[in-house]
Amino acid sequence: MPTVVLGSARDVVEECGVARFVFTDFPLGNPCGKPWDADMQRSIVGSALDLLERAWMARVTVQTPFRWGNDAWRDAFMRVDDSNREALAREGEERRRLQADAKKGGLS
Amino acid sequence: MNKRRAYRSFVSYIDRSREYYAAQGYSQPYTWAHHDNAPFTPLKKPLSECRVGLVTTAGKMDAEAERQGRRKTKELYAMAANPAPTRLFTVDLFWDKAATHTDDVDSFLPLNRLNEYAAGGRVGSVSPRFYGAPTEYSQGKTSLRDAPKILEWCREDGVEAMLLSAL
Repeated sequence: MPTVVLGSARDVVEECGVARFVFTDFPLGNPCGKPWDADMQRSIVGSALDLLERAWMARVTVQTPFRWGNDAWRDAFMRVDDSNREALAREGEERRRLQADAKKGGLS
Repeated sequence: MNKRRAYRSFVSYIDRSREYYAAQGYSQPYTWAHHDNAPFTPLKKPLSECRVGLVTTAGKMDAEAERQGRRKTKELYAMAANPAPTRLFTVDLFWDKAATHTDDVDSFLPLNRLNEYAAGGRVGSVSPRFYGAPTEYSQGKTSLRDAPKILEWCREDGVEAMLLSAL
């Protein structure tokens, strides 16, 4: 089956290795274009259709020309620094405790 | 504009998530799928004669899941593509909830855009169903259980090319 992946996690898809990949450099969540921007979505889907027809070998990545508008999301997503290190450690502890309790109670 | 950078500009989610979960005290990092070889199938006829299908990682809406903020079980599904759903369940998936939203389904499952291409003759037709594949921690479940089932549904629906959209 001829396939094309549309995504925004470039490293994950390219490490996996796929036939064709249309990469849009956006925060994760809108790999087919910004919400409510039908023209952009049409363009990105159009790139995927072009790639279905024109790719000649596996692992062809095409990057669409769109920019999110600001770059703040790049550093903010899953950021670890001195301001949240202790809170993250506590969150992890809490999650493991809840999971252990659920297991004890026979839930999964 | 020309810019010079000493680092890559696109985010590495493999690096970022490993460091994040390590900070939460998880010592075993997730091991991501890696294949030395990727499969490649060329189209057998012009796209204007092909039926095209869509796969999403988003889930079906369900009142219980919405209340809980998570699904009890993540299930594989095939759902009518016409009319296109106006909402899908994405809260429990890994995406940037601070930077964006998923209120416009076409931003991650572009059924309306694909229908427009079909109406204009760029693609032959759109599959009567789209397909939902849960994001699984287990790669075995995705490749051995889910992928063959989706392929079976695609064959039932006469799909000849697929768009796979990953949240």
